[in-house]
Order: sequence, then structure tokens, then C-alpha cells
Amino acid sequence: MSKEVILEVKNLQTHFTTKRGTSKAVDGIDFTLHKGETLGIVGESGCGKSITSLSILRLIPSPPGKIAGGEVLFKGRNLVELPESEMRKLRGNEISMIFQEPMTSLNPVLPVGEQIAEAIRLHQKLNKKEAAKKAVEMLRLVGIPSPEKRAKQEPFQLSGGMRQRVMIAMALSCNPEVLIADEPTTALDVTIQAQILRLMKELQERLGMGVILITHDLGVVAETCDKVAVMYAGNIVEHATTETLFETPLHPYTQGLLASLPKIDEDQEELYTIEGNVPSAFNMPSGCRFASRCPLATNLCREYKPELIEHESGSKVRCWVYSNKWQEQEVVV
Amino acid sequence: MIWFIIKRLMQTVPVIIGVTIVVFVIMQLVPGDPAVLLAGEGATKETIEALREQLGLHQPLYVQYFDYVSNLLRGDMGFSLKNNQPVLQEIMTRLPITLELAIFSTLITIVLGMLAGIISAIRPYSILDTVVMVVALLGISLPSFWFGLMLMYSFSVKLHIFPVAGWDSMLHVVLPAFTLGAGGAAIVARMTRSSMLEVIRQDYIRTARAKGVKERVIIYKHALRNALIPVITVVGLQFGALLGGTVLVESIFAINGLGRMIVDAIRMRDLPVVQGGVLVASLVFVVVNLIVDILYRLFNKRIELN
Ligand SMILES: Nc1ncnc2c1ncn2[C@@H]1O[C@H](COP(=O)(O)OP(=O)(O)O)[C@@H](O)[C@H]1O
Ligand code: SF4
Ligand SMILES: [Mg+2]
Repeated sequence: MSKEVILEVKNLQTHFTTKRGTSKAVDGIDFTLHKGETLGIVGESGCGKSITSLSILRLIPSPPGKIAGGEVLFKGRNLVELPESEMRKLRGNEISMIFQEPMTSLNPVLPVGEQIAEAIRLHQKLNKKEAAKKAVEMLRLVGIPSPEKRAKQEPFQLSGGMRQRVMIAMALSCNPEVLIADEPTTALDVTIQAQILRLMKELQERLGMGVILITHDLGVVAETCDKVAVMYAGNIVEHATTETLFETPLHPYTQGLLASLPKIDEDQEELYTIEGNVPSAFNMPSGCRFASRCPLATNLCREYKPELIEHESGSKVRCWVYSNKWQEQEVVV
Repeated sequence: MIWFIIKRLMQTVPVIIGVTIVVFVIMQLVPGDPAVLLAGEGATKETIEALREQLGLHQPLYVQYFDYVSNLLRGDMGFSLKNNQPVLQEIMTRLPITLELAIFSTLITIVLGMLAGIISAIRPYSILDTVVMVVALLGISLPSFWFGLMLMYSFSVKLHIFPVAGWDSMLHVVLPAFTLGAGGAAIVARMTRSSMLEVIRQDYIRTARAKGVKERVIIYKHALRNALIPVITVVGLQFGALLGGTVLVESIFAINGLGRMIVDAIRMRDLPVVQGGVLVASLVFVVVNLIVDILYRLFNKRIELN
């Protein structure tokens, strides 16, 4: 794997201003993506995964959303400050995205081939006919049988799995350097899920792009990702290589997530679940955001927010347990 | 699709039969004896009796109805009491005028309504949007006879831009068509706006943005086509309502259309003309609904199957 960094997100903050107040949906996120690498972002629903990915392409619905701070560096350029016209040249070309909902993510009144060709014509110097041909090629690449015929069909004539293949074809049609996949398989049934993930992995190896794979399924991460960022309530709480994360999970939240995975070799009576609820985005506690659900929480945790620190295993973790302060604190609980 | 059209055509047959029955029954209920009316003032008892015999008024009602229908099938709608001309002939000279008025009004409804709706939807809650929507609200609430008179007063009487009344040139069409189309345009504008705002939130619009499509192309290529599907139904319904409105507008602007013919005939108690006019107006309504249904189905096919 080459070490070249293609995408670097620094202290990204995306806020939503609503009548109830400001919701800090993404509250200071950092990560880097290297060429040819797959980064998984995991976390419960509502923790800010989609907003993070939409922020990178500046597709946040605005109002009410706004990137309030931070940088998204793509090949040295800060996307947060790029003019909209420059941003458009990038979207679907150098960075593309596929979404969770294959049933609704395609325009119902346009033939799918035309929808792929549109992206091609926007970013490549091809005429209508050549673009249509390329669209058919892309459909073939993603394993859609009789692509010439399918290209002329409208989305309603395709199954969910097929539509997600179309979305992948569309996203890859301009050879992007970064592909962001926001829960690409969540809406599909299990066998189709496996097919789509295999397809994505295969295409990534062939085309060498960096992939950000967003999921709430640690099983998917184990199969496909090189490294993982675990998100909780708008923050990254643990960042590690996939191997390290599964072998030595550090953050109590990650440990909880892993404990709640069904294990094939053990005959579990019932699945472990993390008790309690995620704090409201409008009313974040000043201390550790996981404190209300954490079995180890102390006064230190409740009062002061831990920083993301480097652990000796090479992972980064946002938890007081791994700092010097943890030993120093008086045991009062 | 073919089957749908055939089925839909079959369904109109009972509707048309129903229309003839209703028209026939209403004419029976009109106070006054047709023979007396037909014979005119000062006619003798014998003349009236003879006429009654000739018109088959002694026959039981169902026989009279079948006579009526079989005459209709032969294109015979009877003769006007006023000038003894065949009713069908009179209708055939009047109907095109009314249809022309209705079609131009519908064009105004569509073009003006959709444009206003799109303008509003592009910048929702902006000043422009607010102004357009307030005007639209006025357009819906203003009674059209008042609106028509105001248009006539300002643009014809005061400004002399358009002729006051009649139906001779394209200039004559403008004010009546506007009067008739304005209410519909207002409804279409509101419908287009809400439909656009709904569509613009859809996932496939986000997909288009993620491809790098320009905002203008997103509006016209991706959003509008989807947003207009529900608007088509509204336009269809408006066309029906608009046919009713022609009666009023033709009277205001002195246009010799079907609506005015019916009104005049009612005033003169010219029953055969009233009967024929109402029947033809109803048939036009039925046919328009049929066309709208088929069009809607055509546009909506893929969405229904989803
Ligand atoms: N349109 C919006 N308006 C207000 N708040 C929003 C909006 N979209 C998302 N959010 C906030 O952002 C948080 C993160 O959402 P999201 O990134 O979609 O979560 P997920 O991790 O499930 O993808 C939500 O909990 C919500 O508070
Ligand atoms: S900082 Fe404290 S409360 Fe937060 S996860 Fe670590 S131990 Fe739990
Ligand atoms: Mg999401």
C-alpha cells in the first residue's frame, strides 16, 4: 500500500441551526486517507457519519447546516474554502459518493444509462454518443447482465441490488481518487450485501482509489477496512487499524460495540447491548460524551472532556482511562 | 397501456348514457308545457294538441327517452324555438369558439402557473417568493367576474390596449383568456411550488449534486420533470372547472360561445337549444377527463410501479 495521503480532514465541525438551538452534529473530526486504502467509519445511527461524509463534498443542506470550522485537504487544497464552481468540478469526478438508499437515490424519470452518462459528460470531453457507450461499459464493469438493455431502463425496472450497482457505476465512471460510500449495503438483503461489498473491494483494488466506508456494522468493517474510526456523538472516540481494533479495543464504547457482535463460535444466551441513550446534540455534556453510559465513568469523566490521545498500541483513543490523570484521580465515585 | 385506454373508453359509455338521462330528466322537470311554448302565444287548443301529438308527448317517458337518444345518434338535436335553425348547427358554430377560449386559458394557466411556481420554489421564503404567493392567493380568491371587469376597465376602456369585447382577432382573446386562466394559474403556481420543494429534498437530487451537476440543470432537468407529475392532474381538473367558467367570461366579454348560447337560450326559454348545449358541454367535460386520465397514467406509469 502506498503511503501517499490523498484526503486529510482536520478538526471538521458541522453545525445545524434550528429553532431548538445549535446542534453540533460533527464536532471536531480528524482523519487521513491514503491512496488505495479503505477507512471505515462506524458508530450508532445519528452519531454524525453521514454529515461527516456530506461535509467533505459540501453537500450539507444549507440552511440549516453549515461547516463551522476545520479543513478538508484534498491533494493540498482546502475544500471548505473552494469556490462552488471549483467544488462542482471535483464532485463525481475526483471524489464521488454512493448513498444508503438505492431505491430513492436514482432519478425515477431518467433512464439509468443517461444518469451515468451525465456524470461522464460533465467531467470528460466525450460527446453524447461516446458517453452513452462509456455508461454501458460501466454497467458491464459492475456486473450488470445485458448492460445495453439495462442502460435504457428506468430505475423502477431494476432491483435494489441492481440500483446500487448503477450507483457504483455512476460513482466510478470518472475514475475518482476518493470514493465515499455511506452505508452502501444497509438497505440490501444479506446475500446482495456481500456481493456489493465484494464488488467494491474488487474495483478498489483494480482502480486504486481511497475508500471511506461508512457503516454501523462492525462485521462489514472486519471484512473490508484497513483502518477504522469509531464515532460517538459527533466525535471520533477511537481510531485504529482494523486488526488492532478487533484485538485490543480501547474505548469502553468500542468494547461495548464488539461485545454486542454475535459470535459464531460461542453459544450466546443473549446479545450484549450498551445501556442508555446518546446525549442530545443540542445539549452535550461538558465532560466525556459517553459518561452516562460508561461502566467506568468517574467524576473526572463527567467534568472534563478527554482529548484524542495516542496509545502505545498505535491506536488513538478519547478516554481518560489511558491518560496519566486516571491514576492520579481520587477514588470517590 | 392499450388495455387501460380501452378499459377507460368502456367506462365512459355508461357515463355518457347517464348524461343523456340526466339532461332528459331535467328537461322534463322544467316547468311549463313544451307544446305550449313551441306553439307560441295565442295558439289555439287544437294547435297545441296537434303539436303535442307530433312531439310524441303522449307517449310514456321511456319511449320519449328512446326517441330522444335515437334522434341524437342521427345527429338530430331538434330545432331552435327562436329561429327554427337546427340546434346541432348552432352548437357547431359556437363550440370551436369556446374551445379556443378554454385552450388559451389553459395555456395561460400552465405557463404562468408553472413559471410562478418555479420562481417561488428556487428561493423559498425570499421576498420574491412571498410576493408571488400573495398574488397567487389573490388570484384564487378574487371572483372572476370582478377580475374580468377590472381587466376590461383598465386595459380596454382606459389604456385602449385590448378591444373591449367580441372575438375577431388574437387581441380579443387576451383579456378573456387571462380572466379565465388566472385562477387556475394561481392554483398551479402553488401546486408547482410545493411539489418542487418536495422534490428538491429527494435523495436523487442529492445524487445529482454529488455528480457535480449545476444547480440550474438540477432544477430544470432533475427536479421539474418529477415535480410536474402531480401538477398535470391539477391542470386537468382546472380545465374542467374552466369550462364552467366560460359561461361567465363569454357573457362579460360578449363572446358568442357555447356558454353564452346556453345562457341566452335559458333566458328565451329555448328548450331544445338548452338541452343540446348542456349535453355537448357535458360530453366535452367527459372527453377532457378521459384525456387527462390517460396522460396522467402515461406520465405516472413508473411511479405507480415503484
Ligand atoms: N437536516 C438536519 N437538521 C438538523 N439536524 C440534523 C440534520 N441532519 C442531521 N442532523 C443532525 O446530525 C446528527 C448526525 O446525523 P447523521 O450524520 O445523519 O447520522 P448518521 O451517523 O446516522 O449518519 C443527527 O443526530 C442530527 O442531530
Ligand atoms: S472518559 Fe470516562 S466515561 Fe468516557 S469513556 Fe473513558 S472511562 Fe468512560
Ligand atoms: Mg447516515
